[in-house]
Amino acid sequence: MANVIESTAVVDEKEPQTGSATHTRELGAGFETIGEVRAENPRMECTGVNVFYGDKHAIKEVSLDVGQNEVVAMIGPSGCGKSTFLRCLNRMNDTIEGCRVSGEIKLDGQDVYDKRLDVVPLRAQVGMVFQKPNPFPKSIYDNIAYGPRIHGLAANRAELDEIVETSLRKAGLWEEVKDRMDQPGTGLSGGQQQRLCIARTIAVSPEVILMDEPCSALDPIATAKVEELIDELRENYSIAIVTHSMQQAARVSQRTAYFHLGNLVEVGETTQIFTNPRHKLTEDYITGRFG
Amino acid sequence: MAATQPRRRVIDQVQASLGRRYARERRFRLMGMAAVTLGLVFVGILFTTIVSKGYTAFVQTHIALEIAFAERTVDPSGNRDPAEIARADYLGLVKQAMRETFPWVSGRQDKRELYKLVSSGASYQLGDLVVDNPALIGTTQRVWLVADDDIDVYAKGRATPISILGTDGVGSATGTTGRIQVLSTANDFTAVLADVKRRLQQVARAKERDLLTQETLLDNAREQVTRLEADLAAARRGGDPATVAELETELASAHTEQASVANYIATIRSQIVDLEQRANTPGGEERLTPEMPSYLVAINGGLVKATAVSDAGISGEVLVPLASAAEAAPGTWEIKVLETPESSRRVKDNSIAWMMYLEDKGLVEKQFNTAFFSNGDSREPELAGIGGAAMGSLFTLLVTLLLSFPIGVAAAVYLEEFAPKNRWTDLIEVNINNLAAVPSIVFGLLGLAVFINFFGLPRSAPLVGGLVLTLMTLPTIIIASRAALKSVPPSIREAALGVGASKMQTIFHHVLPLAMPGMLTGTIIGMAQALGETAPLLMIGMVAFIVDIPGGVTDPATVLPVQIFLWADSPERAFVERTSAAIMVLLAFLIAMNAFAVVMRRRFERRW
Amino acid sequence: MPLSLLLLLVAALVVASYYLTRRRSVAVAGGAAGVKVLHSLPSYHGFYGALWAGLPALLVLGLWVSLESGFIVDLVVSGLPDDLRHLPDAELNLVVNDIRNLASGNIVSREVDPVMQAAADHYNSLRQISAAAMTVVVLVLASLGGWIAWRAVAPQMRARNRVEGILKGLLILSSTLAIFTTIGIVLSVLFEAIRFFQAVPFFEFLFGLEWRPQIAIRADQVGSSGAFGAVPLFAGTMLISFIAMLVAVPIGLMSAIYLSEYASKPVRTSAKPILEVLAGIPTVVYGFFAALTVAPFIRDVGASLGLDVSSESALAAGLVMGIMIIPFVSSLSDDVINAVPQSLRDAAYALGATRSETVRNVILPAALPGIVGGVLLAVSRAIGETMIVVMAAGLAANLTANPLESVTTVTVQIVTLLVGDQEFDSPKTLAAFALGLLLFAVTLVLNVIALHVVRKYREQYE
Repeated sequence: MANVIESTAVVDEKEPQTGSATHTRELGAGFETIGEVRAENPRMECTGVNVFYGDKHAIKEVSLDVGQNEVVAMIGPSGCGKSTFLRCLNRMNDTIEGCRVSGEIKLDGQDVYDKRLDVVPLRAQVGMVFQKPNPFPKSIYDNIAYGPRIHGLAANRAELDEIVETSLRKAGLWEEVKDRMDQPGTGLSGGQQQRLCIARTIAVSPEVILMDEPCSALDPIATAKVEELIDELRENYSIAIVTHSMQQAARVSQRTAYFHLGNLVEVGETTQIFTNPRHKLTEDYITGRFG
Repeated sequence: MAATQPRRRVIDQVQASLGRRYARERRFRLMGMAAVTLGLVFVGILFTTIVSKGYTAFVQTHIALEIAFAERTVDPSGNRDPAEIARADYLGLVKQAMRETFPWVSGRQDKRELYKLVSSGASYQLGDLVVDNPALIGTTQRVWLVADDDIDVYAKGRATPISILGTDGVGSATGTTGRIQVLSTANDFTAVLADVKRRLQQVARAKERDLLTQETLLDNAREQVTRLEADLAAARRGGDPATVAELETELASAHTEQASVANYIATIRSQIVDLEQRANTPGGEERLTPEMPSYLVAINGGLVKATAVSDAGISGEVLVPLASAAEAAPGTWEIKVLETPESSRRVKDNSIAWMMYLEDKGLVEKQFNTAFFSNGDSREPELAGIGGAAMGSLFTLLVTLLLSFPIGVAAAVYLEEFAPKNRWTDLIEVNINNLAAVPSIVFGLLGLAVFINFFGLPRSAPLVGGLVLTLMTLPTIIIASRAALKSVPPSIREAALGVGASKMQTIFHHVLPLAMPGMLTGTIIGMAQALGETAPLLMIGMVAFIVDIPGGVTDPATVLPVQIFLWADSPERAFVERTSAAIMVLLAFLIAMNAFAVVMRRRFERRW
Repeated sequence: MPLSLLLLLVAALVVASYYLTRRRSVAVAGGAAGVKVLHSLPSYHGFYGALWAGLPALLVLGLWVSLESGFIVDLVVSGLPDDLRHLPDAELNLVVNDIRNLASGNIVSREVDPVMQAAADHYNSLRQISAAAMTVVVLVLASLGGWIAWRAVAPQMRARNRVEGILKGLLILSSTLAIFTTIGIVLSVLFEAIRFFQAVPFFEFLFGLEWRPQIAIRADQVGSSGAFGAVPLFAGTMLISFIAMLVAVPIGLMSAIYLSEYASKPVRTSAKPILEVLAGIPTVVYGFFAALTVAPFIRDVGASLGLDVSSESALAAGLVMGIMIIPFVSSLSDDVINAVPQSLRDAAYALGATRSETVRNVILPAALPGIVGGVLLAVSRAIGETMIVVMAAGLAANLTANPLESVTTVTVQIVTLLVGDQEFDSPKTLAAFALGLLLFAVTLVLNVIALHVVRKYREQYE
């Protein structure tokens, strides 16, 4: 199975897969997602989300929930819009010029795209981990402490130390770095860097964590560690993860959503999707006929 | 759920910090906006000052005179020999025409002022006219002559603001020439008197300020005296006669100093008292001094300059004779106020009066200033032009372009396409980058030492200027050309090499044509830099005063920016507008060149 | 024969050689159909001929023209009577100048005596001989070169390779010009500076507190008066550069940040080119602006505040220089800020940082080395800037840190010492070269450091 590494979400949208042309006809206007898009205990509820990059319609009428203490995996071929959708959830798309979002995305009942809503606390509540590890060119300590510092989460140095240690412990990195907290975060290995980024995200105690192919730049051993970490984090957080690897989706998620050319084709329990897909496209994808 | 509790706390904490953080955000954003605005404001101020100072230089005041080209003056031998005609006494013709236009002007001083209304170049203007058209000899022609620079400054309204006071009473003059009085039946002159008294008040204020400084001086002098006296007493006790003698002389001079300052203070005090008293007593008559604005009364077609003013009228001196001493109805006569005092402007009241007379007769006109574009430099602002400097710039740039473009492109081709990556090419690269940042004046030193002193090339020549500027612009061109070569994708080279072209053929047939727009853009930008460069050219003598327009690359010449530098240094008021106008021309060229470069980049930019 | 005509003739010979050689190569190949037997295309043979005709002739021509006057003067001087010949250098120069002027029919500074007239005639005849000889030699060389190439035409002649070899040589020559320029700069200022340091001790120059070059016109005063202490000049230069940086760095940096991180696209696309206009304005215009608008304005403002401001205050020059450097700082900062990867911005935004927090805590620290490099380049530019200070700063070498007083700078002194008519080897003139050497050294160090820092920074994110 092809594990294509996408460079960015934007490029993702520019290269639609040609192999899926025969199936495209089935996804006309008014296409409805197969399966239950709602979660039992939703943290984030998305209804009828559309995203446009200039004239390009990148996400079409997608509805999906992220439930409490669950991992939702989003899979699909390159260019299907899964990363774009993920970036909508904490409004990271705001930083891309010419990007428009319509529809309704709610965090605990509050509309995320409400004009009066402030993106700064939103992003503190909905953290994000990126495809490529992107530690700041600062020390390990400062990397983790940055979020708590700007949000004023620690009253004093001791509290800050505690937050840093807890975050690093939760990310399973503490033992590896506790003796070199003042060394630059860029000096860590790829897997460590990604776990550092995860620790940095959880240091602000978000409610939802978005992960955009967090393991695509990592080797198998580092991937395994991060996956383990995701599973542990599920206890305290809601997680939405975009991945290219179906095994990974199967390993870490409770529910899986399959995207195709901007449509959300099918959503379901992960075991159901992988053992008994209901849509032809989903079946083709997971059996490796294209993708 | 247990986990919810601390998380709620977190989001509350985040919310709590938001106000402070957003305030900081707004401040930061505002600072950024202020920085950009400030930058734009600077651009605006720069351009508005230069344009507002310079736009008037594109017109030039001309005065029409009836010139009688008498054969006996212009061509006494009658054989129409151009050389002889050119040598004739045209200045005499101008003076004669002036005397005829202003028959009432007498006295050597006044006449000299009168002749200075037109430029000293007027006689050459007439000479050229007659040489070109000998048929003029024996006729009388109305000729528009170039006005003197001070007159030009006045005519453009830059010498003094002029305000006009209307009249309510019947004006009457006691005579038509000489010293007369002008009286009004209404209180038309009360305003003038009040104005003068206000001036007196101002003078008193200025004197009071002076008094303060003088008093501190006096204090200093007193301290000095006390200190010297103490020193002297000590020295006398010590008994060193040399020191005592020295201190005694010093003390004496300190005493004199103190006395003179005290004296001066007393004088100022009495002056202030006098001024205050005159200013505060209404009515009476006040004498006008050159430090006050000038008041010209225009009545019955003549102009009277007020020398003293009272509530009822003025007494003054006739500068342009009145047609009659008849009474003038209210509104038909007026008072012109020249706000800038006569003592602080170059053009005097009588010249202004004559100009007003000429203006009334329609003999003054502002014409497009062709001389500014065609003439070379001159000491007389009204005759100075940028023609010579522009030609100098052209020749200099030509040399620069012919040398720097081929050499720059060749160097870039070698470095980008052939050069092996070794220490030698590294050295060249560091050198080029560094030369791009070496102060331009250092290139001037190089030019002076190498081209002029070692190779003995002529000073002030566009050739040397071009050589220096070539060395200066080469880094720019090389860097731009290398970037252009880099942007040509390797696939093109591989394709050409693939069909069996040699490396040289690949480059000259495929890579260079594709990189050429980028190289030309870089070259134009380099040329624009060279056009604006001044400092190195000062070093190689292009700063000389050169009247002739250069005809080749070895003739002495100057260039536009250096011309601007030279004019900016000149004291004449009229050079200010010419400097600004020359800057406008230079900037126009630069903007055109840069715009052309931008257009070219847009037009030929290829995305691979 | 005038030089231009000679050049035209050489050009004609070059063109002729191209066609003749080309035609011969076609003929050797047995007509247009047989061109395939040639190793190189006929046009390469033509180019080969043209190069042979042109290069040696032009080389000799260039050398001849540049060395001619020196030789002739030497010859004329050696022909002068002994009493003239043994004059000191400076006076001998005057004599030579007079001879030259006499020869070209200009006004001379002294009475024309028979000796001078003879020398002038000698000079003229030598020049004529030289010109004639040069014409003959150059034309013969051009024809000879063409003939050699013409003779060499043969089917197996590798004309293309040879032409390309010569071309490559020319390319290499062009690229080494940068090195020659640097060497030229170093040598030209170094030689004169060493002569200066023979008269004035190096350390006195470097650490002396007084600069009064006009006093040292008399030879016996040189050095002894201590009038060549450069410290006030450095202090003045530093003061003005510091003021300039105070204006340029905050404004340039903040506008770069605002335009790249905050401004909407239309604002960016219109504001950026307008700011860059500032970079294209010649410095003489800034000088005019400083001297005529800014300096009087500052003086008036100062006077209204009761401050005594010099009309050539360091503040005015520094302020205007700062304005000039704004686009320099802002475009360098812009490059550097744009080189910071988007992923770092994303990381900060995803944590809920505001824009200013992202800029201040992430982008600026990451871009700092690049910005420092850019500021160093800007400082080097401010130090070397000439016209603004020549027109707006003073001539008096005051050692002061008060920006309201008038100070002078290194570049101002170079200009005032060299513009005007002194003989070339007076200590005054030589002092200018010593200052030039210093200026070159300081800016060189700054540039090398700055370029190195910027390059390292770029590599970090590439």
